[in-house]
Amino acid sequence: MSSPDLLYSELEEDLRATVRRLLRDRCDWTAVLARCETDEPYDLALWRTLAGELGLGALLVPEELGGAGASAREVAVVAEEIGRAVAPVPFLGNVLATAALVACAEPPAELADGSRIGTVAVGLTTPPQAPFPQAVKADGSALTGAVPAVVDLEVADLVVVPAIDADGPALYLVDTSAAGVTRTPTTPLDLTRRFGTLDLDGAPGRRLAAGAEAERALRQALLTAAGMLASEQVGLAQHCLDSTVDYAKTRYQFGRQIGSFQAVKHRLADLWVGVSSGRAVARNAADALARDTEPELAVAIAQAHCSDLVVLAAEEHLQLHGGIGMTWEHPAHLYLGRAKSSQLAFGIAETHRSRIGELADLPTP
Amino acid sequence: MTADATEIRGRVAEFLAAHDPRSTDRLEFLRARFDAGLAWVHFPAGLGGLGAARELQAVVDTAFAEAGAPDNQPQLNVIGLGMAGPTILRFGTDEQRRRYLRPLWTGEETWCQLFSEPGAGSDLAALSTRAVRDGEDWVVDGQKVWTSLAHRARWAILVARSDPDQPKHKGLSYFICDMTAPGVEVRPLRQITGEAEFNEVFLTGVRIPDSQRLGEVGQGWQVAMSTLMNERVAIGGRTPPREGGMIGEAAEAWRANPDKRTHGLHDRLLRLWVDAEATRLTSIRLRQQLAIGEPGPEGSAVKVSFAEQNQAITGFELEFQGEAGLSYDDWTFRQPDFASLTKRGAGFRYLRAKGNSIEGGTTEILRNVIAERILGLPQEIRTDKDRPWKELPR
Repeated sequence: MSSPDLLYSELEEDLRATVRRLLRDRCDWTAVLARCETDEPYDLALWRTLAGELGLGALLVPEELGGAGASAREVAVVAEEIGRAVAPVPFLGNVLATAALVACAEPPAELADGSRIGTVAVGLTTPPQAPFPQAVKADGSALTGAVPAVVDLEVADLVVVPAIDADGPALYLVDTSAAGVTRTPTTPLDLTRRFGTLDLDGAPGRRLAAGAEAERALRQALLTAAGMLASEQVGLAQHCLDSTVDYAKTRYQFGRQIGSFQAVKHRLADLWVGVSSGRAVARNAADALARDTEPELAVAIAQAHCSDLVVLAAEEHLQLHGGIGMTWEHPAHLYLGRAKSSQLAFGIAETHRSRIGELADLPTP
Repeated sequence: MTADATEIRGRVAEFLAAHDPRSTDRLEFLRARFDAGLAWVHFPAGLGGLGAARELQAVVDTAFAEAGAPDNQPQLNVIGLGMAGPTILRFGTDEQRRRYLRPLWTGEETWCQLFSEPGAGSDLAALSTRAVRDGEDWVVDGQKVWTSLAHRARWAILVARSDPDQPKHKGLSYFICDMTAPGVEVRPLRQITGEAEFNEVFLTGVRIPDSQRLGEVGQGWQVAMSTLMNERVAIGGRTPPREGGMIGEAAEAWRANPDKRTHGLHDRLLRLWVDAEATRLTSIRLRQQLAIGEPGPEGSAVKVSFAEQNQAITGFELEFQGEAGLSYDDWTFRQPDFASLTKRGAGFRYLRAKGNSIEGGTTEILRNVIAERILGLPQEIRTDKDRPWKELPR
């Protein structure tokens, strides 16, 4: 097996620069904070620019399905920037839904151009290796059941719903404006990424895939989203490191910059070490997804590492900012909320380690 | 394969046709390989190389290995190949390069490094071994420590203080020291593992001809830094396969001993496994950055992570062994030719790994390096920078 490409291509760096510029102009943290207290916590205009005008929504879609034919490598770069800005956009739901549709060979045209928003009806804490969900039953094309903790649900137009029908596991596409669909938002720990409970009461759905194909498509969607989340976590951790380093150079106490104290320097150096290795494992996951080389193991490694790294980074960010970090006026809490809830997403580190135990032949007692 | 790689493979094939590895004397074979420019291809022609790209070395080494050719046993001369060689190439005179590089590469002459002292480890520039000019010679007096391979070395690279009136970084000079010269005394330094991988070296009135100086008088610090940069490159340059390091030992033990597994140890092993894999991928990423000429600072991160992980893994190994973890394989005093962790018991690995966060730059110093040089945080307050060395408290 050839070794993974863990660097960024020139094209990927260009993509990063474009996304970063847009997010800097439209999505600074004061705007994010102000928005999260309104009735419109998501910036859908920003999302339409990102997904439609910049074409990010089509990156995961192969050319034969009308997409850009890029790969998880490019999407991962976008994910890093979204994490860096804690951008309030339905990115994760979109990745889930797009990957599920692509795995069913279904062209996700409206998701790709940003005109509609999608998600997958699984609890956000579901790990890729979880058994197929049993909560929704399909009777003909009528779906009934409830799924809590569905990411980006409140803004989703389309939901890919795993359901059990007469033939066993299946995936259905449900329009959230249809009769029998109720969405109940949950008050989130992460103010920048929301979730809710999807209630289906005989809601109409169109079957996308059945049996083993449905199981495989759902697993692929979760795997892809978990892999992209690792890159988002690296971007967020990198921001926390950068911001804390800047602060440590400008904040004076005891007549010195606080960054001149070894107690502070060494913690930041350790965080830098963590982010460096986080970047390597997240790139490895993106590359493995793009080339289909042991993606399950690569994603499990990336999630086992990055989901704890991101929390450490957000907690150090807060602690080393001292009192200001504890206040509403500083964005540390936005980053902490996103970090902690993203640690839970798709399974905590221990869950991924268990999977690694199976994949790498390190069996349980 | 690139055109360069094809061409260089052709050269190797040509060489092998003229020097059958089965019938040619080992040393003759190695000398001829050096003379053909196929020793270290990125070195200049005439000095064992072809002035080719560094990454072509792997092509050459693979081709020789496939042909069953003898290698120069690089593990027996790590300091020579990794540090002395590149430093002599960069700072040596033509005469020095011609004299030292060939027997260094063939392994006929082993090298060691006389840098650290009992009073100057992490603060290397504080060293006090004196070099006093006497006609065409320098007369050297002092004591060095942690000297790997000194008991086998023919030559040493040496840093000594040539001007105590200068501030500590400015009064140093760099020499090639003959380890067989009168006044050089090597004493094994027994370590916590029971063996003496290192030595103390006492230098008493050792005469070194000025022609064996590397770089200018007073330029020793810059030359030494160049040597140590090469050390970091050497550490970061080799990438083990998955489970290639210490973690492989622990994973194998786990697979072989189902009766000893517990749930708590399982999660610990998996944590260590993930950490080892993260470090391995970080070092692959570093290599890829180096290959496109973009030297990344990840080398320091790899060193810090590697040290922490080796210590955690070897500690885990002993706990996993249970009763067997109470015993030690062998306390017999010996002086190994090179450090190998895998050929000894878990107890040895546990003790030896303690050195990983000390040798080649302590973790504390590396954290300062990362914080100051990479993150740009303020430097430690230093009171010794501009004062003459002789006035510093010791």
